[in-house]
Amino acid sequence: MCSIDGTLLDFKNLDRLAAGDTGIHRLDPRAKVVVTLVFVVCVVSCGKYELAALLPFFLFPVFMVTLADIPALYLAKKIAVIIPFAVMVGMFNPLLDRQAVLHVGALGISGGWVSFASIVVRAILTVSSALVLVAVTGFPAICAALERMGMPQPFAVQLLFLYRYIFVLTEEGAQVSRARELRTFGGRGRGIRVYGSMIGHLLLRTWMRAERIHMAMLARGFSGAFHTRRQFCFGTRETAFVLGWSLFFITARLVPVAHLLGSLVTGIL
Amino acid sequence: MSHHIVEVKGLHHTYPDGTLALRNISLRITHGESVAVIGANGAGKSTLLQHFNGYLTPTAGEIRIGDFPLTRETLPDIRRTVGMVFQNPDDQLFMPTVYDDVAFGPLNLGLPAGEVDERVRAALAKVGAVHLQGKPPYRLSGGEKKRVAIATVLSMSPDILVMDEPTNGLDPFARRQLMGLLREFHHTRIFTSHDLDMVLDLCERTIVLHEGEVKADGPTREIFADAALLAECRLEKPLSMQGCPVCGSSA
Repeated sequence: MCSIDGTLLDFKNLDRLAAGDTGIHRLDPRAKVVVTLVFVVCVVSCGKYELAALLPFFLFPVFMVTLADIPALYLAKKIAVIIPFAVMVGMFNPLLDRQAVLHVGALGISGGWVSFASIVVRAILTVSSALVLVAVTGFPAICAALERMGMPQPFAVQLLFLYRYIFVLTEEGAQVSRARELRTFGGRGRGIRVYGSMIGHLLLRTWMRAERIHMAMLARGFSGAFHTRRQFCFGTRETAFVLGWSLFFITARLVPVAHLLGSLVTGIL
Repeated sequence: MSHHIVEVKGLHHTYPDGTLALRNISLRITHGESVAVIGANGAGKSTLLQHFNGYLTPTAGEIRIGDFPLTRETLPDIRRTVGMVFQNPDDQLFMPTVYDDVAFGPLNLGLPAGEVDERVRAALAKVGAVHLQGKPPYRLSGGEKKRVAIATVLSMSPDILVMDEPTNGLDPFARRQLMGLLREFHHTRIFTSHDLDMVLDLCERTIVLHEGEVKADGPTREIFADAALLAECRLEKPLSMQGCPVCGSSA
């Protein structure tokens, strides 16, 4: 559970970055959400043997990290946590797909290795863009933006509550687990039955807390509609941001930019 | 100003599982009074408090807040009139930032944006938490959370302030700070607490609940002077009224 505590703390750090005040931070959240969505769709839809085509996409996270003053090392560590999952997904590709598709000198590289690399690179790209989005926008603003763009309000409110109480819930979970830890000796008291009742207990507690929160909301005149005071302003900067990047992503997806650049360079040489 | 009055007549409450929590409670709290509701665990304090803003409905009996009887129709008015601060501030602070949380009530009242902003600032200034306005609730200390929880209620400008265990879980300094804050309010104030020294300090009147009934209702000092009553209700004198443990002299 200690590790959960640690990850949680880090989650809060990500949120703290969202309090920054750079040009990127000041952009309307909707613009950032849209651009990230286009980015993810373009990256994910790339073919499985395409590796070079993915390279131009790195420009976006690098651009955001630089302009928004996000500590790159911190972000890299966060991404490193996710990579093993991507590695697991693509692990068997090199074994199953042995046909050489790429030749570097005399060395043939099999399709399996290329698709494996492509999975990992795509994971790095999408995860980094999602983390960057949270770091430059903040979770509540993302929810508000999604709502403004047509997501039904109950979903937005659910997401907000999830975000608010995930900290409280993990803390409670950690406490319950610590309490059990302190009273287990040897292998006894660790079984699935104890675990089951712990989870059940946590659920009941959550339920009761939800009731108390509802009570607190009613006490302050809650009647179903969730008001926010967030001011949105979609101006020329936002339009330029969305159009510019979307155009870039779609071009990078459809036109082999890396190849063109390569042939341009070789042409000049 | 009759809208600061809380009147309870013959209140009974039985929980759905059959537990009889309140029996024939009658009391009247008038404008500007500061009243403590004390009693052992399970005496019915929180249940009584939850009737004051209509979260629980009486099984029998009547409640009037100011000019209105508590009914479904008057509920919105009553919830504006009675500001309720819960025991656990984590249940009360559910918005992304302190500012949003304090603005939640006024926005629900349908106030214009400028007015909301004014009220939020005033409420935060009153509890000394202006510097916390941009912070998310999980970054606050216990004392800060408690003060912000009070601000969330103050921003609705209630006439009656109801607090469940206000000093619970606070360090001595935060406790003093909170008591200083509560002393400055001129609302009608109703507290429940096990912190009997705070009760002695802040409330001129005390109501003692015992097994769902009003056992005593009178000036705080008189109640705390009645040793037999306190013992029967599983209470004791506030520490400041007990003898000195070092030199043995009585207070």
